[in-house]
Amino acid sequence: MKRLTPYLLVLPSWIWLAIFLVVPMAAMASVSLQTGNAIDGFAMTFSFSNYGDALSRYSTQLLRSLLYGGLATVAMMLIGYPVAYWIAFRGGRRKSMYLFLLLLPFFVSFVLRTISWNFLLADNGILFGTLKGWGLLPEGFHVLATTFAVVGGLTYNFLPFMILPIYVALERVDPRVVEAAQDLYATRGAAFRRVVLPLSLPGVFAGVLMTFVPATADPINAAILGGTSNTMIGNIIQTEYLTNLNYPTASALSFTLMAVLLVGIFVYARVLGTENVLEAAAR
Amino acid sequence: MRTRGRLGDRLLHAYTWLIIVWLSSPIAVMILFGFNDKKSKSNTTWQGFTLRWYTELFDISDLTVALRNTLVIALVSTVITVVIGTMLGIALGRHRFRGAGATNFLVFAAISTPELVMGASLLSLFVSGNVPRDANTIIIAHVLFSLSFVVVTVRARVVGLDPSLEEAARDLGATAWGTFRQVTLPSIMPGVLAGAMLSFALSIDDYVVTSFVNGSTVTFPLWIVGAVKTGIPPQVNVMGTLIFGVGVLIAIASAVASRRRA
Repeated sequence: MKRLTPYLLVLPSWIWLAIFLVVPMAAMASVSLQTGNAIDGFAMTFSFSNYGDALSRYSTQLLRSLLYGGLATVAMMLIGYPVAYWIAFRGGRRKSMYLFLLLLPFFVSFVLRTISWNFLLADNGILFGTLKGWGLLPEGFHVLATTFAVVGGLTYNFLPFMILPIYVALERVDPRVVEAAQDLYATRGAAFRRVVLPLSLPGVFAGVLMTFVPATADPINAAILGGTSNTMIGNIIQTEYLTNLNYPTASALSFTLMAVLLVGIFVYARVLGTENVLEAAAR
Repeated sequence: MRTRGRLGDRLLHAYTWLIIVWLSSPIAVMILFGFNDKKSKSNTTWQGFTLRWYTELFDISDLTVALRNTLVIALVSTVITVVIGTMLGIALGRHRFRGAGATNFLVFAAISTPELVMGASLLSLFVSGNVPRDANTIIIAHVLFSLSFVVVTVRARVVGLDPSLEEAARDLGATAWGTFRQVTLPSIMPGVLAGAMLSFALSIDDYVVTSFVNGSTVTFPLWIVGAVKTGIPPQVNVMGTLIFGVGVLIAIASAVASRRRA
């Protein structure tokens, strides 16, 4: 009995994860190689050409998603790092209050937050409508339905996931190490560059992993803020699955997206990964 | 040198507050426009204060149904997730067994699969197996993406638990079940509760995965996205405001409670 206990404990989750995580991936792989249509049904034909067709039709949206996800991730890094730095080193006893304030948006649903931006940025809404009324902005000025709106929305929605891991890494940096560098005549800038920054890189690394993948695959920001000319791969996959019922193309696209993201993460981990981060920290 | 440092600190302090204001501004807009006395169809310009939408909160029947679906689905999926996730968390935190490595990998895979891919693959399964999509398939999906979060929070708690406490209970004649109920469970309870809150929050918030497996069942986030083109009614803002208020209250209460315990 005692030997069996762990297996009994893991069994329900194993079943759940096997049936609803592993098997669906296999189902998706299988569907992506089928041909047919929603009315007559689909049959397995090992049509690897589905991938080529899907890619040639939607490579623009796939590349655009990677670009938008990448731009948003870089923006989050630049915007978030100083915030994490200030809270970690100067937050004092109020650290948890600042973290709570940063997490406040998570108490509002993702969809609703994005729609609030749609409200705020509306061509004649409270912000731009008022400014236009005062003659401070030209009549034709608009932000919605631009690349800036989508990348801005992604940056906004995932920013806390970038700030938190950087904060955790910086929190662990012993302030005495920084003092030691300054005692050894490092300027503030040099102490930051050669001591604090390298020690915080694992946090930045984790932050990028936590934000780039969901931002690249997100369909909501493009749908609500992007208008018709900023469609991302997530929107295409949704439409192909749910509106066009073109399951093979949609499955092939989902697999391609996952493969691209996995390869991206792997290359990223290799190039900038833990080893180099450790090396940089040791220097 | 010193003064420059101080100035830099001040600038960073102001900058941090600027980011907090930026992050919170959509919340302010959401709350504000729940009080907007709008006359026209669109709810994007301020037209005066009213409490009308709070009294007419449940006047849009399909929105009310969507909200109720969301809450029921969140409740059911949270209960399932907490039960099986706690079991798995205990197994991974306390026991050594064959397949533990593979299990850890699956837990990690479930957390890192993009929502879009998770939804798409579940739909592929349901389509291949001719499974009708309804509230049940939504619950299946929600348990799937919440499970790892419960496992991780519970495991962290179990690892920090001193095994000699349980041994003492056994030595004093407690049964295995009695030890679990009276010693193990109370000590890992904060982890279980944190996992439950997380899984409830993830469930009521989810749009992407749900959009693939919902069939004709509509949830709160799905209803909102569907209404974007025709205009979001102020009732949505009010519901969002109430959910926000309850969430913040629970977070503050649990923070106060854990501080008092410490």
